[in-house]
Amino acid sequence: MELSALSGGFDNAAHQSATAFRAIMNVTARPGVIETVSGAMPPKGLSIAAGSLLLTLCDPETKLYLAGGVDSQPIRDWLTFHTGAPLVPAAQADFALGAWEELLPLTQYAIGTDQYPDRSATLIVEMPELSQSGATLTGPGIKDSAQLSLPSLEPFQLNAALFPLGCDFFFTAGDKIAALPRTTKPESVTCM
Amino acid sequence: MYVAVKGGEKAIDAAHDWLAEVRRGDPAVAELSLAQIREQMSLAVDRVMSEGSLHDPDLAALAIKQSRGDLIEAIFLIRAYRTTLPRFGASHPIKTDTMQCQRRVSATFKDVPGGQILGPTFDYTHRLLDFKLAAEGAVPDAPVEDDPDLLAERKPHVMGFLNKDSLIETAEPDDETPPDLTRAPMELPANRALRLQNLTRADEGFLLGLAYSTQRGYARNHAFVGELRIGKVAVEMDIPELGFAVEIGEITVTECETVNQFKGSKTEPPQFTRGYGLVFGQCERKAISMALVDRALRWKELGEDNAGAPAQDEEFVLSHSDNIQATGFLEHIKLPHYVDFQSELELIRSIRAAANAAQQDTKITAE
Amino acid sequence: MSDYNFAYLDEQTKRMIRRAILKGLAIPGYQVPFASREMPMPYGWGTGGVQVTAACLTPDDTLKVIDQGADDTTNAVSIRRFFEKTAAVAVTQSTKRASVIQTRHRIPEEPLSEDQILVYQVPIPEPLRFLEPRETETRKMHALEEYGLMHVKLFEDISQHGQIATAYAYPVMVEGRYVMDPSPIPRFDNPKMEMAAIQLFGAGREQRIYAIPPYTQVVSLDFEDYPFEASKAEGACALCGADHTYLDEVIVDDDGGRMFVCSDTDYCESRRQAGHLGVEGTPYRKDAA
Repeated sequence: MELSALSGGFDNAAHQSATAFRAIMNVTARPGVIETVSGAMPPKGLSIAAGSLLLTLCDPETKLYLAGGVDSQPIRDWLTFHTGAPLVPAAQADFALGAWEELLPLTQYAIGTDQYPDRSATLIVEMPELSQSGATLTGPGIKDSAQLSLPSLEPFQLNAALFPLGCDFFFTAGDKIAALPRTTKPESVTCM
Repeated sequence: MYVAVKGGEKAIDAAHDWLAEVRRGDPAVAELSLAQIREQMSLAVDRVMSEGSLHDPDLAALAIKQSRGDLIEAIFLIRAYRTTLPRFGASHPIKTDTMQCQRRVSATFKDVPGGQILGPTFDYTHRLLDFKLAAEGAVPDAPVEDDPDLLAERKPHVMGFLNKDSLIETAEPDDETPPDLTRAPMELPANRALRLQNLTRADEGFLLGLAYSTQRGYARNHAFVGELRIGKVAVEMDIPELGFAVEIGEITVTECETVNQFKGSKTEPPQFTRGYGLVFGQCERKAISMALVDRALRWKELGEDNAGAPAQDEEFVLSHSDNIQATGFLEHIKLPHYVDFQSELELIRSIRAAANAAQQDTKITAE
Repeated sequence: MSDYNFAYLDEQTKRMIRRAILKGLAIPGYQVPFASREMPMPYGWGTGGVQVTAACLTPDDTLKVIDQGADDTTNAVSIRRFFEKTAAVAVTQSTKRASVIQTRHRIPEEPLSEDQILVYQVPIPEPLRFLEPRETETRKMHALEEYGLMHVKLFEDISQHGQIATAYAYPVMVEGRYVMDPSPIPRFDNPKMEMAAIQLFGAGREQRIYAIPPYTQVVSLDFEDYPFEASKAEGACALCGADHTYLDEVIVDDDGGRMFVCSDTDYCESRRQAGHLGVEGTPYRKDAA
């Protein structure tokens, strides 16, 4: 393990994770909202937002899948040291991390069961950037409608159709974060 | 003119001060020390450890002192403290066949290898108040010395003898990590490990009542105490830095194994079956009750009929056994509920008004 | 042993609760099982709400705690003190100034804003519990969206009493999918549940967390010919004169004479500050509290 794996965690876990969680909760409750989440200094290839989110939510009780490019030794070491989350294949994951194309297909992730729809995977999608433009979102948490730069449309529509089953998504870019829970119905913008 | 009552903060402070005062009682009477409670109220200490799920006689004594002897309150103090403790790891399963028994009896055999040891039991005392104990400063009799040979002698489990003849169901060792009901929400149906975990923390009175009900015919399972043993066992834990297990201490436990009659079912041959109880400290009433309730809950896996008895109902037993949950929810109804009550008042008034109006209508029509 | 973590709970416990809260927000109205911890206050005193609040609080928060709508009820005082001591957060009695509000049995009268979180203490989270006591059965009923039993119960009320005889903890349908217990708030408060703030529900003893995101559809169950009614006592607050708030009945003499006052003490006080006066009220003076 590289020495760098030991650094870059929260300096003050109780306060930083509390602040990070509030941003994470707020974007989950208000799809389309973009917040700043920081505190972690993860190794190259992992955004500050994704790193901070993983430190806030993951521990030895959560199974984590690293898709494609993020499945590198430095990132593995860093996450293992700071969270202790066991690394697993996609089908067993509570959390999955990666670029959109590398996370696909969505059908490989747990979507919960009729009796326990919460036993589903949460995907953390690393994005080049995030903006309040692109797909139009409606659903719980959204007053009228919202917009978010989703990496795709149809997979999210199919996922929303599974409700109350389905996956939930976070999108991270730099220190920015947004979310798309399974309740959100995305549509393409009609005319721009 | 009306001024709304305020003063919750002051009332709480005053109540706490008053509580501290009555806890201490008459200051002219010497204060209890934790050592006195630990040594002279040892069965209370054991109950608090067992239902508090924390083996620490000194802390249990402190909790008893702080709670003015209210054992459920003491158990609550221990539970709340236990939750905050860091977890360093899990011990190896304790080996009760290596127990240094201070008490060991079998109801199913007149004598057993290793011998029966009556130990410090109330069983054959005549329940006459001993007024000598009322006299302070009485010099105790010379303590009974433990017979080191007897203690050291290995006492095999009585159930093992029945096992040799295949007369009793075999209980295969299981290496699977048991679920931890203090770290994961209870999910039903529960496996036996989870059930036993729930029962060992369960309220003694609740288990006693349930076990008694099985004896009186509500899912009777014909239990004999195959063996009841009380004594010290070593606790071993793997130390990763060392690469091997070391003994980290000794705890006293009570273990009860019952032999239960069983005529066989579609899936199982006629043989004796088992009920099991294991609790911290010397809590034999609890251990025996636990074994009976454990056996009653096993009806499904043994292919028995569901008699519809309370002790067979897993969800009922496991959901209501915890006295901290039960007492909290029971006692919370003394908290203010005046908003809900107000809504009920309005509802009753409105239903009554509607009923009265309907009656009036009927009268008028009749006239 | 005096040195507890920020907001009392250890970090691993908070992570577990936080994950449950996120699942709750993603599946509005669904009860997420969580490994509730034993808190230093009894079950029934709000251990679920306290754990949810502890998992949400940041050092910058301003906390308000109410019980029966009042900040000064003993248990509200006790919980507020707990967080003052363990999280060193600012506390307030003002609904407007609070960023996190923990409540038992009421929703404040003042509409909540997007910057606020309302945490409910929940005794029995299962709306079907009194129709079917078994969790193993109610879980199936939720899975299959089988809510017929609930409608039958409400209909029987109507045929027997001429109205739905549920005055508090009146069941709601969330986003057209899950029937949910709104906690024992009076049904007067039900329509407020479609709000701008995040609503989180914690049931400690029953080990469940659930949630309603802002602007989520929350419909009180009813029938076309017997629509839901958000009822309250007839009359106006004797202190501030409000006739649109939920009222508590206060017995004022030995003959059972009574008057009504706002259950939401902060709202009542703000109205008096603004110059509103009821028949028994006195003009607002800051020192009079």
